[in-house]
Amino acid sequence: MSKINVKTCEQFSNEGKTPEILFWIGCSGSFDDRAKKITKAFIKILNHAKIDFAVLGKDESCTGDPAKRAGNEFLFQMQALSNIKVLNTYNIKKIVTTCPHCFNIIKNEYPELGGEYEIYHHTEFINNLINEGRFKIQGGSFQGKKITYHDPCYLGRANNIYNAPRNLIKKLDADLSELKRCKSNSLCCGAGGAQMFKEAEKGNKEVSVERAEEIIKNKSKIVATSCPFCNTMLNDGIMKSKPESEIEVLDISELLVKKNNL
Amino acid sequence: MKYIPNIIFCVLITYSIYIFYNNILKLKRNISLGKGEVEISGSKKERWKKMVLLAFGQSKMINRPISGLLHLVVYIAFIIINIELIEIIIDGVFGTHRIFSTIGSLYGFLIGSFEILAISVIVCVSIFWIRRNVLRLKRFYENKMIGWPKMDANLILYFEILIMSCFLLMNTFDVEFQIMDNGNIISGYLSSYFNHLSADTMYILERIFWWTHIILIMIFLNYLYYSKHLHILLAFPNTYFSPIKNLGWLNNLSSVKKEIDIINGTVNESSNNNELIKFGASDANDLSWLQILNSYTCTECGRCTSVCPANITGKKLSPRKIMMDTRDRIEEIGRNIDRNGEFIDDNKKLLDDYITKEELWACTSCNACVEECPISINPMSIIMDMRRYVVMEESSASSEINNMMSNIENNGAPWPYNQQDRLNWNE
Repeated sequence: MSKINVKTCEQFSNEGKTPEILFWIGCSGSFDDRAKKITKAFIKILNHAKIDFAVLGKDESCTGDPAKRAGNEFLFQMQALSNIKVLNTYNIKKIVTTCPHCFNIIKNEYPELGGEYEIYHHTEFINNLINEGRFKIQGGSFQGKKITYHDPCYLGRANNIYNAPRNLIKKLDADLSELKRCKSNSLCCGAGGAQMFKEAEKGNKEVSVERAEEIIKNKSKIVATSCPFCNTMLNDGIMKSKPESEIEVLDISELLVKKNNL
Repeated sequence: MKYIPNIIFCVLITYSIYIFYNNILKLKRNISLGKGEVEISGSKKERWKKMVLLAFGQSKMINRPISGLLHLVVYIAFIIINIELIEIIIDGVFGTHRIFSTIGSLYGFLIGSFEILAISVIVCVSIFWIRRNVLRLKRFYENKMIGWPKMDANLILYFEILIMSCFLLMNTFDVEFQIMDNGNIISGYLSSYFNHLSADTMYILERIFWWTHIILIMIFLNYLYYSKHLHILLAFPNTYFSPIKNLGWLNNLSSVKKEIDIINGTVNESSNNNELIKFGASDANDLSWLQILNSYTCTECGRCTSVCPANITGKKLSPRKIMMDTRDRIEEIGRNIDRNGEFIDDNKKLLDDYITKEELWACTSCNACVEECPISINPMSIIMDMRRYVVMEESSASSEINNMMSNIENNGAPWPYNQQDRLNWNE
């Protein structure tokens, strides 16, 4: 794939400029093969809307979320303090991220440690762009198609963001078909609280499979989500329970890129 | 001789209030055993609003319409029927009979409402009993719900049915009240079945039910402390003190912050008051007073467990059990202190002896349990504080978790990729 045009905070700083907003890519978006595609999709949208954004590149480091939720408060605070130092050095005021875990921790837990930023999840940010007339959804590829949406815990229940992603799906002209457990009753994909990095405890089912079964019952061919971890888990669950169902798990930014043919 | 009933009544009511007061003191003491960090957020106004909505207004109970509605009836009845207690106590102390009956039609309206509410409670509580014992709803039968918790739940239902029945029956057999024919909506109907009884028999029956009614209430009042039914009182302070923050917020331990400040040299070590700091919680008294209050407030309805992704998929974790274990253990610590004057090590703790690591590690921190609780109990915060102990004090996390953490420490990502390569996705 061709290289996408991105500038780092360091480059901005060398030019004596400050970006309008920082795109916090997160570990998943930087290293996970599936999540990298989400990173690219969102950057295409940013570029299309001519947003003056920067990334941190090698200056970015884990927010500390998996460490904190695993119980290592010490490691979390060390990570948080060093990230805050970097962000403040570059004089960052506004941040957008595609990862609800990064979003949650920067929004709710960084401020007490001295890191106060205006932080947006990408679904909120894109909505704002549309409202400001800086981004337009066009094209017809999803007209009448049934799409379901999985609420990530750290976006929905954790931060009450239910409408932003739904607004975007509706703007695709798609038919949004809700899962039985949705919004504040949404079922976890099974990745949170550091579960992503370990085997599940003994039980009779994987959480991701439980969720995948609900998605399969919904009979949508596309399940939209807005978290790279949910994306991995749901895909995994669908593969384990019914690979022939050919359900696509896509981030909302990817749907928008497809729709607008970016 | 004439005043013997009044004296017996005064002694009983004083004694039951005295025991109740002592139980409240013990409850307060046990809650204050919590040494953990706690942060009370939001303004007083916001917290009052939350309490009025959730506890007083039952706004979240309706999320489950059937049980929510049944509960609402019992709750409203409980509050309103208690007005009648004022009359019963005055009558008991002064030997009067239905002191307020002279107020006329308003009295009839009140007693009539009480009678309708009483019969509604009997119906609703019977449905509760059927749901629990005949339909056997899953959330009432999860692992810890055997033995005492199961009996406790049923005892409460029996208490409520008995108290309401006694109220209706004391009205039924009250000849004067029936003659007055003012507010005897249900009892008037019932009394028509007992027309053949003599006035003396009616009087004795009325006295029996009058006394049984008030004595049952005194017993029930003092049963509360030993029961999950404490929620009728504690739901109010519990919702009042619960955080006014996004559910995603997890507190930043200030003890850790202090330690880091010392390491970074931003704070002088001598300013640390040489107290032995313990990170996280291994026992119930390492938790905060709010978390202990949470545990006493829990009425074991199991909504949390029924939505827990770990529990749904057959893992051992049950958020309700976390709350029940916490309460059981703090009670045990309290009894230990009562016995010995101070806490004598009993070689037990909340971690491992009550809550296993297998349960702790099954949590996905999804907040479903917290969202679900109608009265703002937070089982997840206890899980997180115990994980903190397991990781920071015991260093006994699994190798997978340890790998993830050492990756973050060494290369700033939970996976073993180099921080220098964070832009490599763009190649």
